[in-house]
Amino acid sequence: METIISIKPLLAVLVSLLVIPMLVSSSGKPNVRESWTFMAGIIKFLLVVSMLPVILSGKQIALTLFKIAPGADIAFRVDALGMLFALVASSLYIITSMYSIGYMRGLNEHGQTRFVSFFALAISATIGAAFSANLLTLYLFYEILSLATYPLVTHHQDANSRISGRKYLIFILGTSIGLVLPAMIYCYHATGTLEFAGGGIFSGQLSKPSATVLLLMFVFGFAKAGIMPVHSWLPAAMVAPTPVSALLHAVAVVKVGAFSIVRVITGIFGVDFLLSFHLGAVVAAIASVTILVSSCIALTQDEFKRRLAYSTIGQLSYIILGVALLSPKGMTGGILHIAMHAFGKITLFFCAGAIFVATGKKYISQMVGIGKRMPLTMIAFLIGAMSIIGLPPTGGFISKWYLVLGTLEGDQMIMLFVLLSSSLLNAAYFMPIFYKAFFCTKEESMFEDKIEEAPMMCVVPLLITALISFALFFFPQPFLDLAQLAVKGFIGG
Amino acid sequence: MENYPALIVVAPFVTGLLAGLFVWIEKRLSYPIVLAGLFISSFSAVQVLIRVMESGPIQYKMGGWSPPIGIEYRIDLLNAMVLCLVSGIAFLNLIASYRSAEKEIGDRVSSYYTVYNLFLTGLLGVTITGDLFNLYVLIEITSLTSYAQVAMGDRDRGPLASLNYIFIGVIGASFYLLGVGYLYMYTGSLNMADVAVLIKGSQGSSTVLVAFILCILGIWIKMALFPFHVWLPNAYTYSPVIFARVVAPLMTKVMVYIMLRLMITVFGYDYIFNTLNLSDAVVWLATIAVLAGGVMALAQKNLKKMLTYIIVSEIGYMVGGAWMGNQLGMTGAILHILNDALMTFALFLAVGNMVYRIDRVDITDLKGLFGKMPWTMAGFVLAAFSIVGVPPTCGFFSKWYLILGAMEKGAYHFAAALIISSLICAVLFFKVFEICFFESGSHGHDHSSHGPVAIEEAPVSMLIISGLVSLSLIVAGFYSGAIVNTIILPFLK
Repeated sequence: METIISIKPLLAVLVSLLVIPMLVSSSGKPNVRESWTFMAGIIKFLLVVSMLPVILSGKQIALTLFKIAPGADIAFRVDALGMLFALVASSLYIITSMYSIGYMRGLNEHGQTRFVSFFALAISATIGAAFSANLLTLYLFYEILSLATYPLVTHHQDANSRISGRKYLIFILGTSIGLVLPAMIYCYHATGTLEFAGGGIFSGQLSKPSATVLLLMFVFGFAKAGIMPVHSWLPAAMVAPTPVSALLHAVAVVKVGAFSIVRVITGIFGVDFLLSFHLGAVVAAIASVTILVSSCIALTQDEFKRRLAYSTIGQLSYIILGVALLSPKGMTGGILHIAMHAFGKITLFFCAGAIFVATGKKYISQMVGIGKRMPLTMIAFLIGAMSIIGLPPTGGFISKWYLVLGTLEGDQMIMLFVLLSSSLLNAAYFMPIFYKAFFCTKEESMFEDKIEEAPMMCVVPLLITALISFALFFFPQPFLDLAQLAVKGFIGG
Repeated sequence: MENYPALIVVAPFVTGLLAGLFVWIEKRLSYPIVLAGLFISSFSAVQVLIRVMESGPIQYKMGGWSPPIGIEYRIDLLNAMVLCLVSGIAFLNLIASYRSAEKEIGDRVSSYYTVYNLFLTGLLGVTITGDLFNLYVLIEITSLTSYAQVAMGDRDRGPLASLNYIFIGVIGASFYLLGVGYLYMYTGSLNMADVAVLIKGSQGSSTVLVAFILCILGIWIKMALFPFHVWLPNAYTYSPVIFARVVAPLMTKVMVYIMLRLMITVFGYDYIFNTLNLSDAVVWLATIAVLAGGVMALAQKNLKKMLTYIIVSEIGYMVGGAWMGNQLGMTGAILHILNDALMTFALFLAVGNMVYRIDRVDITDLKGLFGKMPWTMAGFVLAAFSIVGVPPTCGFFSKWYLILGAMEKGAYHFAAALIISSLICAVLFFKVFEICFFESGSHGHDHSSHGPVAIEEAPVSMLIISGLVSLSLIVAGFYSGAIVNTIILPFLK
């Protein structure tokens, strides 16, 4: 495969890091500060997009920064999978920045400069993780992301966020140091490299039991992916301001977790290796349990954001499940779901935040009749929810379609059943919200019959992401192309 | 210049004495004189390091007397690195002490500088000398001056801590001296290189065995390896911060250096790992030291004392790595000398800044410190992450080599201890961060009262030094590959 050396991946990572001093120095002037954020976000996005044609033409972009040890440098390599993730994260960062303005100012939050600075750091780390060439670099950015998100989760600095912050650290940092780090060093000890390779790095150094243990250490160690039982930090992290929940806990942070697991499955173990030991089924089974259990829990949640969080836990496992199927269609579906779920779920979180800003309501039971008050928001909600359920005409349908094809391809009827029943459950926990928002009697309605949306800065972003979710049904390229290209690399390599 | 090796030691010695004289003539001149002395010393150390890197080890005959009669300085890559570290940290600490010294020890400050420089003369001499007895003398100079400085600290507890330190220090020194006596008895020489040649082939000799055990025991006591650590926490906690800042990073590290010197140069790998076969036992001891240090740190309520127990734990890292008996472990141990010195220095600089403003550093005194001293806390956070072992800070990379070494030897208990120690440190520091972040002291938790907290930072000179040293942790991390390849591996051949 042709590789081009370029400084662009480094720039894409650095740009929002370098803007932090500007953000801090303009803390007294919110408008100046926000324009710095946008500028960095747009430059980052353009840098990522400028690499897209190269990647789509089947080449890769690489850059080695620091030589640490043979086979384990600090290095970037942009491939189709990383590109897909970076594209999602960097585009949604711009939209979320716009939303944050509406949300944070709408609620008159404190410490906004701290907030945007750590947000910029978090997005830097996300892009870094997307472009990592090896496990060491990925781990580095994974940890930076964990730590950068802590002050965002605990932004309110009250007792509640303190407890959630603690939970967040115990799960995220505890597993990454306690499980991923030793597993990673063991891989290096066994093979002398950590470079992601198309066919994995192992060639006979592992017996089946030790491979199983190692794989599980990674799957549970990357707890950001929210595999049960290391999921409970995510609902707790919902104490964060909604922009954090939207971008980080629906897109960046959680998907870095899922992305890392995908990387380990494809680049460290390799598809053939896992097939030969039948280890894909182990991961798929764990993911299936997570999908079903989390969907059932979501049904019981009355707090809007917590319901979304449990939904996210389930949807993340779709990604893992798809890749663990180890069949071309299934893997395509799983990887594609990184993008499709992102646009759908961020819309839903934006809606939750907009409702909170406009009405102060957090609980679903208090949202009866909200559709009459905030019709645009709730229509966007419908599109987002349809995408998560996997109904046409939304992007979510495409990724679920491929996932279903993947189960058929591998003749895995149980997994097919899991996918279909989960879709039903998704519908069961989302549709009542929409239904009650519009279809209720005047007596039931808790809101006056007057249209009063959240500030424009809140509404426009959620309309944009809803529109994208809708449009992705008709134009799933470039994400589909990238996903297929990535899978070709994993299975052909 | 040919005399750089001598200058490294002579410059602080002469300026120290001069500063003592100037106490009677013109007090204000003492400070610039010692500062100049340390500058010359660190400059010479860097020159020597460059020369050693270019053209191999340097032998310098003190006063023109040839060994084995005269004292010989023998500088290879290892002690050239340690010399740079010691003189550099001493120099930077002196700059940071300019504002805090007067506040802490009042009018005794000018005589303090004399003792300070004598202490450093001792440390530098210990590092540079190639003579076993000269080493003893210099250890005693170092120890005596540090007893004095410890006693200058806390008026109630300082003297007692110092007395304890004296008792145990004298025992350690006596062990070492006795060991040297046995060596002299057997070989009739005190020059390290000479002794090494003379004891080669006398594997079975019980005299050499006794000498070895006594020397190593003596150094372990001086190094505060668990369970010989009891003197350290009180001595460092109750000494003035200006001294703690330099003794905490340097003293134990120089003692580790002596242990390595005895192991590598004097007794030799072959004797230690093949004849004695003590490796397993010592690695177990180190494992216990790592864990015990961490657990005891958990019980502390004073920040400074907590850090001293972390030092006890870190000593276990280096001893374990050195006794692993493979190149990876030794690489990790040597790299950790550098990294641990830097990160301990960074931590104590931050503590120094805190002490400057809030006097007492019980953990509960640190409420709201993120708002009050943001720059100090930024440095502290970076250093803490390095101790935890978060990449890209340097602490991660030495841990990496140490764990790899442990895996190669099959010492999984040591690898596990390092991982657990990371987790313990994460708990320790986040406990501190939580208090600094959540408890704002005078402020309430509702949004309206979250006004900007008045910033009361330490003086700029102290902030710059602590900021620089904290940043150097990241630089050292990124360049750890380069350090290993240009200094450590060539040294180990």
